[in-house]
Order: sequence, then C-alpha cells, then structure tokens
Amino acid sequence: MRVGLFVPCYIDQMYPDVAVATLELLEGAGLKVEFPAAQTCCGQPMANTGCNDAARPLAARFLDLFDPFDYIVCPSGSCTSMVRNHFSDLVGNDPRLASIQSRTFEFCEFLHDVHPIDFSGHRFPFRVGLHQSCHGLRELRLGGDSEQMIERPDKVRSLLAQVQGLSFVELQRVDECCGFGGTFAVNERAVSVAMGEDRVQDHLEAGAEVMVASDMSCLMHLWGLISRQGSPLAVMHVAQVLAGRSPSVSVKNSIKPKAGNAL
Amino acid sequence: MATVSEHPEKAAAYIADRSRSRWHDGALWFVRSKRDRMAHSLPEWERLRSTASQIKAHTIANLPEILQQFEANAKARGVHVHWAADAQEHNEIVLEIVRKQNATRVVKSKSMLTEECHLNPHLEANGIEVIDTDLGERIVQMRGERPSHIVLPAIHIKKEEVGETFAKYLGTEPGASDPQYLTEAARQHLRSKFLEAEVGITGVNFAIAETGGFVVCTNEGNADLGASLPRVHIACMGIEKLIPRLVDLSVFVRLLARSATGQPITTYTSHFHGPRPGCELHIVLVDNGRSRIRDSDEFRSALGCIRCGACMNTCPVFRRSGGHSYDAVVPGPIGSVLSPAADTKQHRSLPYACSLCGSCTDVCPVKIPLHHQLLTWRQQIASQGLLPVSKTAAMRAGSMLFQHPRIYALAGALGRRALRWLPKSWIYNRANPWGLDRDLPEPPVESFRSWWQTNRQGTSVDEGMKSKGAKNGK
Repeated sequence: MRVGLFVPCYIDQMYPDVAVATLELLEGAGLKVEFPAAQTCCGQPMANTGCNDAARPLAARFLDLFDPFDYIVCPSGSCTSMVRNHFSDLVGNDPRLASIQSRTFEFCEFLHDVHPIDFSGHRFPFRVGLHQSCHGLRELRLGGDSEQMIERPDKVRSLLAQVQGLSFVELQRVDECCGFGGTFAVNERAVSVAMGEDRVQDHLEAGAEVMVASDMSCLMHLWGLISRQGSPLAVMHVAQVLAGRSPSVSVKNSIKPKAGNAL
Repeated sequence: MATVSEHPEKAAAYIADRSRSRWHDGALWFVRSKRDRMAHSLPEWERLRSTASQIKAHTIANLPEILQQFEANAKARGVHVHWAADAQEHNEIVLEIVRKQNATRVVKSKSMLTEECHLNPHLEANGIEVIDTDLGERIVQMRGERPSHIVLPAIHIKKEEVGETFAKYLGTEPGASDPQYLTEAARQHLRSKFLEAEVGITGVNFAIAETGGFVVCTNEGNADLGASLPRVHIACMGIEKLIPRLVDLSVFVRLLARSATGQPITTYTSHFHGPRPGCELHIVLVDNGRSRIRDSDEFRSALGCIRCGACMNTCPVFRRSGGHSYDAVVPGPIGSVLSPAADTKQHRSLPYACSLCGSCTDVCPVKIPLHHQLLTWRQQIASQGLLPVSKTAAMRAGSMLFQHPRIYALAGALGRRALRWLPKSWIYNRANPWGLDRDLPEPPVESFRSWWQTNRQGTSVDEGMKSKGAKNGK
C-alpha cells in the first residue's frame, strides 16, 4: 500500500514538525509513505477568494502528483476538504477526480476509519483544550457539531482519548470558529481577531494547558494572539501529541530529533 | 444611489467598542443556545429539516402553478390579490389602497418585505403616518435606524439606550431602564396608535395555496391588533412565502420559532382566511428579484428561507460585527447571499464577511447550503471583475509561485530567513495586517521538504535548492 503524504504549503514552510510527526506515525504503523516533493499548495487560498482561474492549475497539478497513490493523507481538515469537496469546481471534468477524492483522507480520519493505531501506550500528562476546526467538523464530519442533531463519532477526540494522562477541559463553546478563515484573517482583521481572542479566552477559562487542533492554520492564528498576549497556553497539532512531542518543543516549531521521541 | 459598502470597515468600527461587541455576541449566543436546547428536545429535528427543505424545493420548482392556485383560492374567499413586479410597484399598490380609504394613519407589524421595499419613506412622503408596532421596530423607527436583525430588530440597543429614546419621544422618566416600565410606556403609546389607525399592514410568514389563507407569527400580538382594529388589512408578502398544503404548515411552524428564538411556538400564530364582514383584506404578492434567484441554479434554494434568523444568531461574524455592518436590509449569512443578488457591486464585500465555518448551513431549518453559496458568490464576484486588483493580482502571483516548486521552495527559504533576521520594525508595521494584533509564527530553520530530502532521500542540499529532481515523489 502506497501512501502519499499531502503536506499543506504552510505546514511545509512553517510547521515542518507537524509533517514529520504525521510521517513518523504512519511509518510506525507499517505504511510505506512517500512525499511527492513537487507538491506545493492545493489552491485553497485562491479558490476561497473566488479566483478559480488561479486555483485551477494547482488542482490539476495535485491530481498529477497524487494519482499514483493508494491513499493520500493530509494533516489538515481544511486542505483535505478542498480536495474532496471543492476540487470539482475546478477540475470537475477530470476523470481521475472522483477516485482521488475517495482516496484522500484527513490524518485523524485515516487513523480512525482506514488504518487504526493503538495509542494507549502513549503518555501526555496535560490538560488539553480541543479546538474543533470548522472544515474538519462541518465539511469532513470528523465529529458531530452543536448545530445538527446527528450523533457522529468524534474522530479527533477519540484518538486523543486513548493517550494516558491526557485530560480534556470542557469549553463553553465546543465548536466555535477561531476566526482564521484563510484570507479572512487579513481581509476582516477586526472580526478575525475578536473571534480568536474569544476562542483563546474560552480555553484559558476552562483551564487548558495545551490547545490541540487538527488544523495548524487555526493554531497559527490562535498562537499569534496567545504569543502577543503572553498567555500561558501552548498549541499543538494532534499529530504532534500522538507522536509524543512535548508542548515546549512543539512551540519552537523546530523538528524534533528522531532519537528524542519521548514516549 | 448604489454606493459600494465595505463590511470590514463597518465591522471594525463596531468592534472598536469591544465591550459592546462582546455584549452583542453574548446576547445572540444566548438565543442560539436556547435554539440548541429546543432542537435537542425533538428527536425528529433532522427529519423536520429534511422535510421542510423538500417542501420548499418542490414549491420553488412549481411556483407559478402554486401562486395561481393561491390567488384563485384567496379570491374565492373575498381577498383582493395584487401582483407587484418590484418594490416600486408594491409601494404604489399599497399607497393606492390607503388613499382610496382617505386614510392618513397606518399601523404596521414587522415585515422584512416592506423594509426591503422601503415602504415607510414612500408612504411618509405622501403624507401618511406609518407606525411600526413591533416593539423592537418601533424603537429603531424612533431612533431613525434600520433593524439590525430580522427577528430581533433592536438587538444592538441596550435597555439604557431604549430608556433614553423613550424619554425623548414618549416622555418617560429620564434614566429609566427597567424593561417592565419601558414596555408599559410603549404599550400605552402603541395602543393609542392602534385605535387611531385606519389601515393595518402586516407581513406574511406562510401563505397556503390549498386554502388561500395565510399565517402571521408574532410574539407581541401586534399584528393581530393591526389586522383586527382597522377596517382594512393589507398583507404584503414575497412570492416565496408560499407552501402548497395546510398539512405542510405544521413542519414550518415547528421549525420557525425553535430556530428563531428557541421557543416551541411563537406566542401568536394567527391564521387569516378572508376579510371580516364589512372589512377589506388585500394581499400584495411581490417578486422584486425573486424570480431571478429562482432562475439561478446556484442560489435557487436560498428562496426557501423562512426568515428565522438562526443563521445570524449562530454566525460568529454577525455576532461580533453587528447587523448594521452588513449595510443591507437582510444581514448575516442569508443576507450575504440575497443582497448581492439584488446588487452585486454594492454588496460585493458581504460574501467575504464569512470565515466559511459552515455553522449557518448546519443550523438552517430548511438546509440552505449558505456557506457554499457564499463561496459561489465569491467566484461570481471575481469573474465579474468586482474584486480589487490588489487581491486578484496577489492570487495570480501566488498561483504562479505554487506552479513552480523550486521557486516556491526558494521563496519560502528566503521568507523564513527574512523573518528570523530582519528587525522587528520591518516585519511588524502597517503593511502587515496580520502582525498588527498577532505574532507571526517562529520560522523554522528547515522546511519539511528539506528535511525529507536529508532524512528520507539522503541528499542534503542547500536551503532553497530543495526541489531539484523532486518530480512525482521519487
């Protein structure tokens, strides 16, 4: 089974350890993982702005690069949803699209639905505030949201729940948007910042030590506010938690040396 | 007349008063939480939503026939039925009915349609006094404002401010903020207006083709007084308010109040089937752009909207930025879909006043895919050339960069290096809107692609030359 690692551009450039953590977990589960290094960006910023002409060639490149793989796994709900739910607006006439969409998985979704890994031997002795990223929640249905009266397995939470010592804090607003929203963060700066500050406040009031999410883009925005405020809250991608990183290391963004995998 | 309105600036102005923005957010979150509890109390909630969505899809598909059936049945009950192609025709029809009565005093219950048609200024310009009788609407009317929410028109105003307004217009005690005292003052004031009025205008929540009757839902009973005391009742409705059968009504009545305010049912759900003896009942059916929306494959389902306002209460942007930031009759997610349909250029910033979180889509009782329609609007706005050049140019430049992995890797390496070494003042200034309130991430020394080449391909190369030979993931 060939797994293609789909690393969103901002993770590649700014949060490489998230991709390394994802890779370690997949390889640790006995999978053969490849990184098609000609990949760049799925085109989401352009598509979300409405600039489909600018996004189209990027979607087409994605199909060329990832078609050879049995599974395509991505540590981002938002970028996964781009491929699965929005590529049809861009390359809907490509005969490979439907098959590629059915093979593309968000990382937690892949571990929950396709290739389960046992995390019960792992330890993470911290109080975690789980930030449910909107695109994972409402476009990929990684869990049940508070608007719909539909029971769904919470895939992100159920992976984290296996980890020893990890406890969840309960938020006032379990699935409120953080206000990142891609170019929204800059285009609607005032609203975006207000939303983010409220999100951080909810986690702080709940007593979280580490804010964990399945989308690093939400965390980039929230960390930006946390750092500016000087709040004592760490942020980590779910893959980093599952791969055994400690909160202090993850904040530095540097790649954790392989030998120091503290489990 | 159509000046372009920019949501980000109006939103920033509202949010500048952080405590007011927080208070507004909290008030609407409280309503949404009530809605959640109510929806949870019905095991069949999602089935109701699906049914409502299907009934509306059927109605919109068969709208001409259903409208004709409604007209015939309403006429058979002695109702005068009028058709208006646009807002102006609607206003002229209403004015003519009022004039025929030699009337000068009109009471109106809350109706987003008359708001959309700007009926009040039209009647007032013709010497007719129009009093909005919904309490929230009366408050904003006194203050010379627009409603900021379609269900809670004065949600942006604090009770102390209502006290100030009432002291000025109704002579209440200055400084009073007790809701019971203020409501009683409003009640006495409105009572005299009801008794004087010669014509009552109401909106319509649901019109039933099968019976030719219609339903008006309020929590204050003001529509009932307005429809019962004057001799003439004019009901104004958009053509999308139709439902085919009486049995369909139960689905919508159950969804409407729960979605809107978290009530099991509105306090008054009044059915009108023809005029009272010796009185007149008029219905004005208004298109005003609705047929155009019906003709569009992308936005057709937005006509199913029952105006519950749930999308506004749940929208994290609306809650912070306030309804007036949308500068539109219908604000919030559904307004951001409908307003550009009326005037794309004027409302071009609204589809971007959205983080695409999708909460509106999941809360909508008739399952309008609101956030996807907003995304579709963005595509139409971009393709119509209505995006600022700065944005389209940036997106084109980004696309070119991402089509060339080696240049992208080089640019990334240079960017990360710049972030590490440049003085803070070069990075954090007005040219970087991100950094005004947020720190940028601490840039790592190495990108993932660089790490991959070193650790999985065994070829360590200088930063910036990473994707050499990186074709098809070998």
